[in-house]
Amino acid sequence: MEILVCVKRVPDTAENEIVLNSDGNDIERDDLVYSVNEWDNYAVEEAIRIVEEKGGCVTVVTVGDDDADEVLRREMAMGAEKAILLKDDAFEGSDAKGIATILAACVKKGNYDLVLSGAQADQGFAAVGGMMAAILDYPYASLVNKIEIGSGNITVGREIEGGNQEMNEMALPCVLSIQTGINEPRYVGVRGIRKVASVDIPVFGAGDLGLDAASVGEGAAKVKRVDYFIPETGEGAEMLTGSTDDIISKLIEIMKANGGL
Amino acid sequence: MAQVFAYVSHKNGAVDDTAKELLAAAKKFTDASVTGIVVGSGVDAVAAEAAKIFAEVIKIDNAALAYPNAEVVRKALVNVLPAGSVVLFAHDTFAMDLAPGLSIKLGGAFASDIVDIEGADGNTVKLIRQEFSGSVSTHTTIDISTGAVINMRPGAVAAADATAAGTVVDKSAAAGDLASKRTFLKVVEPEAGDVDITKADVLVSIGRGIQDQENIQIAVDLKEAIGAAAEVSCSRPIVDAKWMDASRQVGTSGKTVKPKIYMACGISGSFQHMGGVKGGFIIAINKNPNAPIFQVANVGIEADIVEFLPALAEKIGEMK
Ligand SMILES: Cc1cc2nc3c(=O)[nH]c(=O)nc-3n(C[C@H](O)[C@H](O)[C@H](O)COP(=O)(O)OP(=O)(O)OC[C@H]3O[C@@H](n4cnc5c(N)ncnc54)[C@H](O)[C@@H]3O)c2cc1C
Repeated sequence: MEILVCVKRVPDTAENEIVLNSDGNDIERDDLVYSVNEWDNYAVEEAIRIVEEKGGCVTVVTVGDDDADEVLRREMAMGAEKAILLKDDAFEGSDAKGIATILAACVKKGNYDLVLSGAQADQGFAAVGGMMAAILDYPYASLVNKIEIGSGNITVGREIEGGNQEMNEMALPCVLSIQTGINEPRYVGVRGIRKVASVDIPVFGAGDLGLDAASVGEGAAKVKRVDYFIPETGEGAEMLTGSTDDIISKLIEIMKANGGL
Repeated sequence: MAQVFAYVSHKNGAVDDTAKELLAAAKKFTDASVTGIVVGSGVDAVAAEAAKIFAEVIKIDNAALAYPNAEVVRKALVNVLPAGSVVLFAHDTFAMDLAPGLSIKLGGAFASDIVDIEGADGNTVKLIRQEFSGSVSTHTTIDISTGAVINMRPGAVAAADATAAGTVVDKSAAAGDLASKRTFLKVVEPEAGDVDITKADVLVSIGRGIQDQENIQIAVDLKEAIGAAAEVSCSRPIVDAKWMDASRQVGTSGKTVKPKIYMACGISGSFQHMGGVKGGFIIAINKNPNAPIFQVANVGIEADIVEFLPALAEKIGEMK
């Protein structure tokens, strides 16, 4: 199995509090800690497990700038054999369709049986996997939480509402977007990161991918973020303040009043 | 402006509540009539039901559409919808599967998980979204000049009053060849867990803020201090980490609960989690004063749960 996994470098919300900047139109980007998009990590782990069992090779790819190199190396330290960085000024300002167009062009350059992405990333669009599949005319399934490889086809489980799982049979090559919980991503140690620190990672731009620069980037984007803001909240919680003892006494009263104690 | 459609979700022969939400959402950017789309097998009754909401309903009826396999439904829609259409969906697991690819095949733009629509300026529709699991909101625009697919977050827009006496147009014949490289096999239901969190009066619900598997004990201790009517539940990352059984997960992909008191401890309040909390008094304990959970909770406490929960358990224990 030749597997390509699309990954993204995103602000780590477990490590950062996302706050607005002083102009109130963007988030405060200084001092943000970045990491691999949570969903992508599960996708890479699943790809590595498939290759460990069936043979083949895992390649990780990202659209980004030089900083994106660090997430590619992290996923290589995890066990991906190859990495590709898709970088070009022409890519800047791409919307989800632009990113899907760039990634689809990269898929066409290779010979992959399976293309994986995370179910969604920091912006929550959950768009890139499905768009890429449609551009490539590959079958697609989202929110995948189980994969069984057969010969020539695969069986995938999708998560649907209420903890139910929808089972499908798919032809290869196909695109799947991976939901968290499908596996337990392995731990990546400092030693692993050091081992891949000097590996050469090829960089491809629009020309290398045979892409018309006008089909991607800000000019082609039909969906644009105008600004960030904090919504006015009408209600909001009544915040309990005071010493811990005070707060606990108030809380116990509230719990009693609402039938909880 | 292009013709606007709303995809009508339905289950067991009943139209989903989201259909009226989609009508309300469409009304926020167009004065034109909105057409409902009903897809499935043997859906006459559903289409009739939808015609009480939409002035016009398109029906696509085919045995191959008995289960809404997104790849097959997409083919049917691409064959039936006119070029440049704007199609609204409820942002659920089906639309997440279907909508991004549909937008490519229709040649239109795509925006999802929209929480509100502020109107239109020519072909630019002004949307409101959230990013980083709800920590910040954004104004986002979508250019619908070549069509668009827009997924609305369920429950975000109030449902429209709907008293249409609509007509049903049968477009089944136009659906075309529905062969697909993806075949639906079956739906597997989850195994029952050791506890039923939907029966508890008080849920001590823990999220990623619990930090360590060993810390789960502090939630168990609090639950025991509260008494027999309490249970421990959790958000998804706790289940993903295999720290707790899936039967204890609250949310859209977990259980729907309605306890007397829901204590959200170290839970940020993402819509997929809160989608499972259907009532009760919500107490949020979080160390981040800006956590979105504080916008939906009744009472909030800014605290580190690892210190706060044992202190609370001790006090309750002393009381008894
Ligand atoms: C299709 C789909 C379905 C999903 N279904 C579900 C579902 O059913 N249920 C569900 O829960 N999620 C679901 N999710 C995931 C959901 O989007 C969120 O990722 C998840 O709910 C976040 O869990 P959390 O709040 O525990 O973690 P986080 O969002 O990481 O929040 C942790 C919170 O803990 C706080 N915190 C950290 N340390 C402490 C401390 N020491 N003391 C106090 N507070 C602390 C932080 O400030 C933060 O607010 C789904 C996602 C998708 C895409």
